[in-house]
Formats: sequence, structure tokens, C-alpha cells
Amino acid sequence: MPQKLFGTATVDVDAEGFMTDFGQWTRDVAAAIAKDEGLAELTPAHWKVIEFMQKDFKENGQVPSIRKLNKSGVISTKELYALFPGGPAKKAAKIAGMKKPEGCV
Amino acid sequence: MKSIVILGAGTGGTIMANLLRRRLRRADWAITIIDRDNEHYYQPGFLFIPFGFYTKKDIVKPRSKFLPRGVEFIVAEIDRINPGANEVVLQDGSALSYDILIVATGTDIVPAETPGMLDGWRDTIFDFYTPDGAAALAEKLKNFPGGTIVIHVNETPIKCPVAPLEFAFFCDWCLARHHRRDKIELVHVTPLPGAFTKPVASKALASLLEEKHVRMVTDFNAERVDAAARKLIGYDGREIPYDLLVTVPTNMGSEMIERSGMGNEFRYLPTDPNTLRSKKYENIFAIGDATDLPSSKAGSVAHFQSEILAENVVRTIEGKPLEPVFDGHSNCFIEAGLGKAILLDFNYDVEPLPGRFPFPVLGPMSLLKPTRINHWGKLAFRWIYWHLLLRGHPIPFVPSRMKMAGKKRSGDDPAPGETK
Repeated sequence: MPQKLFGTATVDVDAEGFMTDFGQWTRDVAAAIAKDEGLAELTPAHWKVIEFMQKDFKENGQVPSIRKLNKSGVISTKELYALFPGGPAKKAAKIAGMKKPEGCV
Repeated sequence: MKSIVILGAGTGGTIMANLLRRRLRRADWAITIIDRDNEHYYQPGFLFIPFGFYTKKDIVKPRSKFLPRGVEFIVAEIDRINPGANEVVLQDGSALSYDILIVATGTDIVPAETPGMLDGWRDTIFDFYTPDGAAALAEKLKNFPGGTIVIHVNETPIKCPVAPLEFAFFCDWCLARHHRRDKIELVHVTPLPGAFTKPVASKALASLLEEKHVRMVTDFNAERVDAAARKLIGYDGREIPYDLLVTVPTNMGSEMIERSGMGNEFRYLPTDPNTLRSKKYENIFAIGDATDLPSSKAGSVAHFQSEILAENVVRTIEGKPLEPVFDGHSNCFIEAGLGKAILLDFNYDVEPLPGRFPFPVLGPMSLLKPTRINHWGKLAFRWIYWHLLLRGHPIPFVPSRMKMAGKKRSGDDPAPGETK
């Protein structure tokens, strides 16, 4: 199982850098992953999205789609792209410590 | 007399009507199936209509033809399901009670979800996911002088996720046959990070696209279409110009599901991925494209689900625990042009892998690479669909749950007689 150092914590990741053990996630780990993904800092708007994604995943077992994020009222799709440039579903999921979104199978 | 009601007489609904009628005594169980029309289209045939190989007539038959005796078929629009009262309300106001409900209402394209898409609809923007759309595209392509054709996927999941790639491969081949390929640029635009979501297949399909000079634009999420200027505009600001846009718009489940307050953000019914029972209602099941399962939306999936679902419906009736055995099995042909096709066989846990199908070494079909035998398999499948599959007959040698036999994972030892 590959491991990666995020900040001061070493966590288990898959081949693409998505965390495989959510128990290892902390806000510091999230901030470190974000830096890795090109986000200098996580603002309250970022955290709102991350928290919603984690809550939704807990309830439904699937990483929420961009459509769901938009519909939930937490954030508009346009804002989401501004916050997590270049593939927000994947980027936000990575920072939130979740597995890679299923996408289209 | 108890009652099973099936909503939707497409692939999934029709198979369930056949399987359940055979397993349940007519004296004890009435089975009713409802659909809005009596036209059953063989959807894999839509791909061939824009290129003049099929017309609508070649791929449509009455739904009633495939429903067994002892099943009542009602042609009507459904207004909504009333799960608390165990009834289905039709748009004419009448209601049908059920003891068990099977939702098989499928998925459909919704171009209205993307602002501006309908402004160019059937003028410079076409679909090939509906019979009328495919026929309109055939007319357009006949007289298309040249320029850029963009083959676009708007949002995932879509039914038949490989169809856009199939369209690209087949279009390249047909244009080349007519000596028109050099006047036309083909571009595939997708929200996915690659040609497919799974790595092995993504690589194989991407290299085929390159071979056929189809440019790929990935991670593209369309915010809107500017039909007058003929461009797709992404949320990230990227713009894709086109002369002809062949799009797979956002796919969503039946509006009836939304009216019933039972769907997710795509109007799909939350369904247990292994038992096929509704996550919320003990006497409601779902099959095919109408579910929220993380499997492909494809006819083959509905077929593989059907036997397992029939068993679980019978177990529910007999008060036995359900069998959580559906593994997400999907089997897809991809037309590749040049008289060849590719075959994929995969499930929830195993991505599409290379190898032979259904038998190791003997095949006769090949996984993840274009062969003529695969192409004949795809064409022969139309007969299998009408004569075997819809009536709930099993396909020889292809069981409901995926088999690893014949598949090669990287790092595996070669099979006997094969060299690596």
C-alpha cells in the first residue's frame, strides 16, 4: 500500500493519491493535500464543500456528483469550478479524504 | 389475487414480465406492465441510423409482441407512484394497487439541462440516442459539406457509456469509405479524464481514437452552448467551436420518479446494488437504467440483473431473505469500423480486461481489441435480443455474474499454449 507524507502525517493512498483509510484524515492532512493539488489555502467556502461531501458520503456511500452539490444549495457549479479549478469532483474528493468518484462506468 | 405491477416495458420490464409470469401461478399473482407507447426500439441499432445502415423500421417492434400471455399490458402515462398507499396513479386519474412494484422506467436525454443546447437542436446540434434524433442526423450528415464534427458527452452517467466512442470510430470509417474524411475534423469532448474511467480500457480506447485521428478533449464540463456562434463553453472558460455538434445530453430518469418524490439528483431510484431492492421501500424493486447503481447503464446489465431480481421477488413473496448476489456485470460491444468491433466484459470490482470471451483461449470473441468475430457478434446480437433475451431466456455460456475465465490481468502467467 503506497504511503504519502502530508504535512506531518503519513497516510495510505492509492496509485492516484486518493486516501484509502478515512480514519487517517484530519484537517491538516486536507490542507496538505490541497497544497499538493495547487490550492494555497482552504477558505471557509472550501470547507463547506468538503464537509457536505463527507456528510453525504457517510449517508449514501457514494461520492456526491457535481449536480448534487449544485442542487444541495451548498455551492453553485460555477463557484465550485472557481474554488477547485481543473476537475472539482476529483479534486474536492481527494482533499476530503474520499476515494476517487465513480464517474461514468 | 395479489398483484405485481411493472413500470416500463423496455428491456428490463419486458424480461421481468416473462421471468415472473413463468415462476408465479396465475391464480395467485396478477402481473400488469405499463408503458407510454407500444414501440420497442432495439437501441443499439440507433448508432447505425445516422450512417444509413438501418432505418427506424429495421429496429422497432411492438412491445406487446414480447409480453407473455397472462400479463396485462396497459398503454398509459404514469403520473406517480404513491408508495405509502402501495398504488400507482396514471395520468387519467385511475390508480392501480400493487403488492410488489418493479420500476423499469429507464433513462432519457434531457438537452434542456444545458442552457443554449435546444437553440440549435436538429439544426446544428443532434443526438443519436432517440430514433428521431438519429434519423435527423442521417439527413444532416448526407449533405454536410465539411468542417468540425464534435462528438460530445455532457455529463455522466449516461446510458451506453461507450456509444460516443463508437460513434467516433464508426463515423471515421464511414467518412473514409465515402472519401469525405479529409474534409472533416472529428473531436471527442468528454467530462471524463480519459476515454474511459478505468485505466486498462481507457488506454486501449484512447489509442484507437489516435489511430483514427480523432482529437480528444478531456475534463470538459459544458456550462452552456452558444448555438449562434456554434461553440461549447466550459465552466473553466475553455471554448470548443464546432460546425456540427453530435451530443449525448445529460441523462436523467423518468420525471414520474421526481413527481413521486422518490429519486436522487438524477431522478434515479436509490437501489441496493446487490439485491436490487429499493433502499427505502421493502416491496419496491428496480432494474436497468432507472436505478442509481454504480454500474453501467446498458441493456446487458438489465439482462444480468433480471434472473437475480426474479429470484429476489420470489423470495420476498415466500418470506425468505434476499440474495445479495448482483455483481454489476456488464458486457458491451463497441463498433470500431473496418468491419471490426471491440468487446468489454466487466463488473463493479473488475475493470474491463483483455483476454478471450466467453472461453479462455477458444474465445471465440476477444476482449478489448477490434476483431471481425466481435463485429459479427454485435450484428447477430439483434436476433438474440428479439428472440432470446427479451423473453427471459439465458444466453448460452454467459451467466449473470461475471467470470474471470479468459481474462488477463497484467502480471498474470500466460495461459497454456500462449506466450506473453
